[in-house]
Parts: sequence; structure tokens; C-alpha cells
Amino acid sequence: MSDDYKENITPLEVQSSESTTESGSSIKDIDYVGPAEVADQDLYHGHSFITKWIFCQDAKVIGVQYFLTAVFTGIVGLILSWLMRLQLGFPELVPFITAEHYYQFVTMHGMIMVVYFLTALFLGGFGNYLIPLMVGARDMVFPYVNMVSFWMFFVAVCVLMASFFVPGGPTGSGWTLYPPQAILEGTPGSGLGIILMLVSLSLFVIGFTMGGLNYLITVLQARTRGMTLMRMPLSVWGIVTATALAMLAFPALLVSCIMMTLDKVLETSFFMPTILKAGEVLDYGGGSPILFQHLFWFFGHPEVYIVALPAFGIVSDLISVHARKNIFGYRMMVWAIVGIGALSFFVWAHHMYVSGMNPWFGFFFATTTLIIAVPTALKVYNWIITLWKANIRMNTVMLFTLGFIVTFVNGGITGIFLGNVAVDVPLSDTYFVIAHFHMVMGIAPLMVIMGAVYHWFPLVTGRMLSEKLGKWHFWFTFLGAYSIYFPMHYLGFIGVPRRYFEMYDSPYVTSAVGMNQFITVAALIVGLSQFIFIYNIVVSLRMGKPAGRNPWKANSLEWLTPELPPAHGNWGDKLPVVYRWPYDFNVPGAKEDYITQTTPPSEVLGAEVEKT
Amino acid sequence: MHAGFIFLAVIIGSVLFHILTPWWWTDIASNWGAMDDTINLTFWIGGGVFILVCLFMVYCTFKFSYKEGRNVEYKPEDNKLEKILTVATTLGVAALLAPGLIVWNEFINTPKNALNIEVMAWQWGWQYRLPGEDGKLGTAQVVKISDENPFGINLDDPNGKDDILIQSDELHLKTNRPVQILLRSVDVLHNFYVPQFRSKMDAIPGIITYYWFEPNKVGEYEVLCAEYCGLGHYGMRAKVVVENEQNYENWLNEQETFSSLIAKQNKIEFNTIKIAKNNN
Repeated sequence: MSDDYKENITPLEVQSSESTTESGSSIKDIDYVGPAEVADQDLYHGHSFITKWIFCQDAKVIGVQYFLTAVFTGIVGLILSWLMRLQLGFPELVPFITAEHYYQFVTMHGMIMVVYFLTALFLGGFGNYLIPLMVGARDMVFPYVNMVSFWMFFVAVCVLMASFFVPGGPTGSGWTLYPPQAILEGTPGSGLGIILMLVSLSLFVIGFTMGGLNYLITVLQARTRGMTLMRMPLSVWGIVTATALAMLAFPALLVSCIMMTLDKVLETSFFMPTILKAGEVLDYGGGSPILFQHLFWFFGHPEVYIVALPAFGIVSDLISVHARKNIFGYRMMVWAIVGIGALSFFVWAHHMYVSGMNPWFGFFFATTTLIIAVPTALKVYNWIITLWKANIRMNTVMLFTLGFIVTFVNGGITGIFLGNVAVDVPLSDTYFVIAHFHMVMGIAPLMVIMGAVYHWFPLVTGRMLSEKLGKWHFWFTFLGAYSIYFPMHYLGFIGVPRRYFEMYDSPYVTSAVGMNQFITVAALIVGLSQFIFIYNIVVSLRMGKPAGRNPWKANSLEWLTPELPPAHGNWGDKLPVVYRWPYDFNVPGAKEDYITQTTPPSEVLGAEVEKT
Repeated sequence: MHAGFIFLAVIIGSVLFHILTPWWWTDIASNWGAMDDTINLTFWIGGGVFILVCLFMVYCTFKFSYKEGRNVEYKPEDNKLEKILTVATTLGVAALLAPGLIVWNEFINTPKNALNIEVMAWQWGWQYRLPGEDGKLGTAQVVKISDENPFGINLDDPNGKDDILIQSDELHLKTNRPVQILLRSVDVLHNFYVPQFRSKMDAIPGIITYYWFEPNKVGEYEVLCAEYCGLGHYGMRAKVVVENEQNYENWLNEQETFSSLIAKQNKIEFNTIKIAKNNN
């Protein structure tokens, strides 16, 4: 192995000395970039339709495959949410929604949206497409494993969807799958449904581990010359930190899935104490239901940040590009992402304040939870300070980022209620919680995803999306979603509990009937307005305005490939060389209002660059 | 129209909604007013931050919307500003955390004079056990539960003999006397929650959990199960009646003790595993 490496290194040194010697003597020093340390990657180029588009090893195609599969599951999740809302707003309007079905919809909606939609979309979709392009690599470092990763995900989705068609239907145990009820009669889908769910999650984790290793190693090993860690776009920082979290958190989910499968199939008692059910003492004994909750939330809380950190990173890039100003406090943004990621492993039991765990834990987890609010708040400040004295394009992308800020701050602040142990006692298990997490990890990341689609659609397809349709789409989605979840907090103040199929005539709930109907109507409208988005994408694919090169005048590498959309291998003959961070917008003394990462200092001599 | 106006309308609308909302807490009926106060404090500080951040954002969209050749600030970092913001945020967060922890400390330390009440949950219903004259509850086990021994009380535990058994979902409480709820479940997770008392805790099969409150307002309250427990979760309601001492004593005297239940039954096989304590 070491012999090979020495042979390979010779042409690379030649390449690097070329770039330093061919220009003049004074310029040569300021343009100097260290030699590459890893040999250029040899890629497998598929020729048949199957190797190019189906079992494809190109991270960009895999990214799109992940994206489309995740969107498919997201649409299923959306339809399930409609059915739930119909039951809550207008009970008995749709007679086939029984309590059994309702709980199945709740469970599948939650699991699909959190794991199969958001996680897969951010890491599998954006991660695959953007990481190699943004760090100047030809592809992921293990393209074959990357392909297997997607197909594992695909099988996991198929298994999950199959559970809709097995006897007993999918599991209705709530997305948290708390034992003992998840595997006992009395919960819908406690037979095959829960087993398929556990198998599907296990497959997802296995597939994701393959992808995650790829993202991490690509960022650590395959960055192009000059692309130091502190010059990476924040999108990459967000995605790669989230990946690191996922690599550490998903094993907890995997083991809890395996243990619960054993409890179900072989009647072991990891999570099962002595239980009296239908007049019989079951064959279980000695297990701990709280153990499952600890394992689940040890995965589940980092999971929140697995979704949030890529959104943080991507939105930073969107704001900077469209406000034509450098992101404020880049280094602090990076450390905040890393710090939030690290802290996220020490806050999990804030989901369990009233779970019956040792109450003394409450002090520790409330403190860690509120500490995590500090770096998160700093990120918010930095986003809005970036808008200060900027030159803001009020286009669709910017609207979505502004929508993100509003919903994220709103949801973040309600998080301080729930994280602050004593305040959580009256509010936990009520609609306040539902409103909080939908605002902060449903709507806010969705705003980023949609903004990101409007931003990078020209890169992927070479055509622009319609701005007019985009703005309609934004206002319907933002105003609609806000009017779903903002009032919903007040249902929680009343004390309306979660996961109630219906409320009968409880006195404090009758006053909320009108609000429930309003929320349902808003949810239907928001869901329907997504068809504007789909229509926009489908039409623009063929008839959108040609994007041309770098339509947003961005600085980061993904817009600077020789071909547009980027071809397999990304960079043609020669890898790009990076001279600066990606946020040099409106640098004093520069001619243009942006300086791309590949612009050598000698070409912008007058620019007073502060951070490179 | 400039998009900033709509964002502004959203912020103003949120504030108006909060001021005019008819949806708010149920009237508190326990000692946990401090929880409401902490929520209010969080609301004012948090709501203030939300409004400030959003207004700043909206101002920027008006003031700095795109104009060709605008003079844009180039300032990658500002250590002083970042430090001020870090310190201010940390102080704000600490100001919210401190009262939260103080209230939590009260919540987890039950006062000495609290009356212990066992709440036993199953799919899908509730029943209750109160200590007799000795003031102590007897120990109990799930495997001992039977028709004759609906709470599974250990027969060799003398403390259990005088326990008062309430095999109905209606529990009575005395005003201004703290109660410690001891939660048991025989099957899955449940949670004994009365919105007016503000407090709640899960019942977990295999262990006993607790929380306490002091009811201070006469009335009837609905109990809701607040931890998803399967198909019948939404129907798992019960009733708590808070009343003055006289009415409470009258009610208590009507209830049966464990020893009288035993006496009533001619023949009991204590170790039977045949159980009928169930709902379906």
C-alpha cells in the first residue's frame, strides 16, 4: 500500500509546483496552495442504463434517489396527517377512521417524517449531492458502499410500507414505540406491524451507517487543495456534524430495536416487567420499560439535531448568498454547530421528566438542556446580523430562510418551556409539545429544505424554478403552517392531552372545537399547496428558464464545475484549487460583489479580504 | 407588496392572538401556582426575544432590500458584539433556569404530612388504595392480584390489613392537605393527570413512582391518562372530587378496608393465579 502511494504522489507534486511556478515571482507566493496529500480518485463509470441511473455509484444520482424516495415517504406522511386532522377537527366525518386506524396513522406519520423523510432527505439527499461538490472531491470516497447505502434505505422503506398491508396493519404504538404496550395486545399492529417496523428501522440504520461513513471520510480525506476545514461552507459543517451524531446515536436505536424484537419474538424480558393482562400473568418478568426510553431518547434527541444541524448549515449559506453578505461570525457558527452536536448527547432525558425516572436527573438534564439554548441563540443572532447592512434579494429562497427564522425562533423558545423541568410538568404530553416540535423540527427544517430546493434546483437540472409559483408556494406554506401550530400551543395550555382519538365532552375541550376545525382546514390547505411546488418542479424541469453558470453568483465550489449540471467526476481533468472561504461577498475594493473560492488572490489584488 | 409587511402582520397577529385568546389555562386547583408563574416568566422573556428578533429581521428586509451597487458592510467577525450576546444570553437562560430548578426541587420533595394514596392503573381504568389508621400502605405484588385481592396486597404484611380499597374510578381528596400519589401499573405505561392540579407522572409496571400536590379548591375534576397506553387511551378517564374535611370523612367511612373484604369472603385461596380483576 505504501509503495503505491509513493508512486502516485509524484505527478501530484508536479501539478502543485506547476501552479506555483508558472506565474510571476511576487504573485507566486500569495497564490501558493500546499500540494495534494491524497491521490486523485479513480471512478467507476457506468455505461448501461442500470449502472448509470439505478445501481449508480455517482453520489449526485444517489442524492437524487434519496431525495425522491424520501419525498415519496413524506407524501405518505402528509396524507396520514390529513386523516388524523380530519378525525380531530371533524370526528365521524370520515367513518373509516377508527381509533385503531387513528393510532396507526399517528405512529406512521411520526416515524416516517422524522426518520424516513427528514433524516434521509438532509443526509442522504443533500449530503450526497453537496458534500463532494462543496469540498471539491470527485465523488464520495466509497462510491460502491454509497450505492448499497441507498438501496438498503430503499428496502427499509419497502418493509415499512409493507406493514400497511399485513394482518393487523402497521404498528399503532406511537412513534416512540414505548414498551410494554408496543408489543402487547391492545395496541394496534402489535403482531406483524411492530416487527416490520423494528426490522425496517434496523435496515435503515445499517444502510445509513454505510452512507454516514462515506460522508465523514469524504470530508476528512477528500477535500481538494486549499479547502481547509475552516473554509468549508457551513452546509458541509452542518451535514457532517449531523452525520457524526447519527453514527453515535443510531446504534442506540439499533440495539433497542433488536432487544424489543427479541422481547416480542422470543419472549425475553429486556423491557418487560411482570405484567397482568386480560386476567393472566404473562411470561415476562424483571425487565425495565424505562431502559427502553433511555435508549430511545439517547438516539431520539441527537436525532432532533441530526435534522436541525444540516438545516442550520444550509440556511446559513442561503442567507449569505442571497443577502450578498458574508455570514456573520463564521468561526462561532462552526463551533456552535460542533458544540450543539456534542451537547445533544447530554440532554436526552428531558423527554422523560415525567416518565418516572429518578427525579434527581431532572436537575442535570434541565441544566444541560438550557445550556444548549445558548449556542443555538447565538446562531440565530448571527443569521439576523448577517441581514444587517446587507443587500437582500427578496426572492423565494430568501423568503423561505426568513420563514425559517420566524418558525425556528418560535419553536426554540417554546423549547425553553419544555426543557425547564418544572415548566414541563404541566405541559408535557399535551398539544403544547406537538406544537413545539412541529414548529421547530417540522416546519423550520421544511422551510430550509424548500429554500434549498429553489436554490440548488438550477444546479441539479440546469433550469430555474418559477419565482412566481415559488412565492405563492411560500406564502401558502408559511402562513398556513404558522396558523396550524401557533394556536395549537394554546390547546396545550388548556391541558388537552396528546394522542387522544377523541375528547368526548371534557369541559375544557369543548371550547377548543372551533380551533380544532380551523387547524384541520389550515392543514388541508398547506398540504394541497405543496402541489404548487410539485407542479413548479415538473414544469420547470422541461420549460424552466435556463440557469446558465452560477445563476445566484455564489462563491462555493458546487457552482464552479466545468459542466453544468456537473458531470460524473465533477471536475473534468483537474481538481479545483481553493484560495478562500465561500463568503467573500461585497468585499471592499473588489470589482464584483462576489469572489469565488477558486479565485486566486492575484486576480483580486485590490480586495481588502479579512478572512480567507 | 413588500414581503416584510406580511412578516410584520404575522408578528403583530401572534401578539394579538396571545392577548385576546379565549384559550388559556384551566383555573388552578392545587398548590402549583409556582409552575404557572414560571411559565409566565418564560413567556415574557421568551416572547420578548421572539418579537425583538423578528422585528429586527423585518426591519432589515425593509431597509436593506436589494439595490444595485448598495454599499454593503464587510465584517466577518465582531468579537466584542459576539461576547456581549453570549453573556446576555447566558444570563437570560440562567434567569429562566433558576426558578425552574427551585420549583422542581419542591416538586420532588414531598412534605412530611402528605397523605399517601396509591393509584393503580391498568388497560383501561383506575382504582385507588388509601392507608388505614396506621397511616401506612401494605406492600403489594402484581402476581398476587386476584378477584379476592384486587390490589395484590401481600397477606403477610400487617400494614396492608387496614388499607382502604376504592374499586371505583372516583377518588375523593381533602382540601388543603398535601397528597402523595404513588403510581402503580399492572400492564403498560399510564399517567395520572388532572389539568387543574398541573402535575403529572407516569405509572410504570414494575416500579412505584410518585408525585405530590395539595388540592386547594373544592370541586370535581376529570382525570386523564396522559401517557399513551393503547387503543383505549383516550377513554381512560376518571374523577377526582375535592371536598371539605367533613364530607371527606363521610366518604372515607363508607369505603371498605382490606380486612373487611377478606372477612366478607368465606373462602379465599390467596395463592391463586386465577384473576378476574380486569375490564375485558
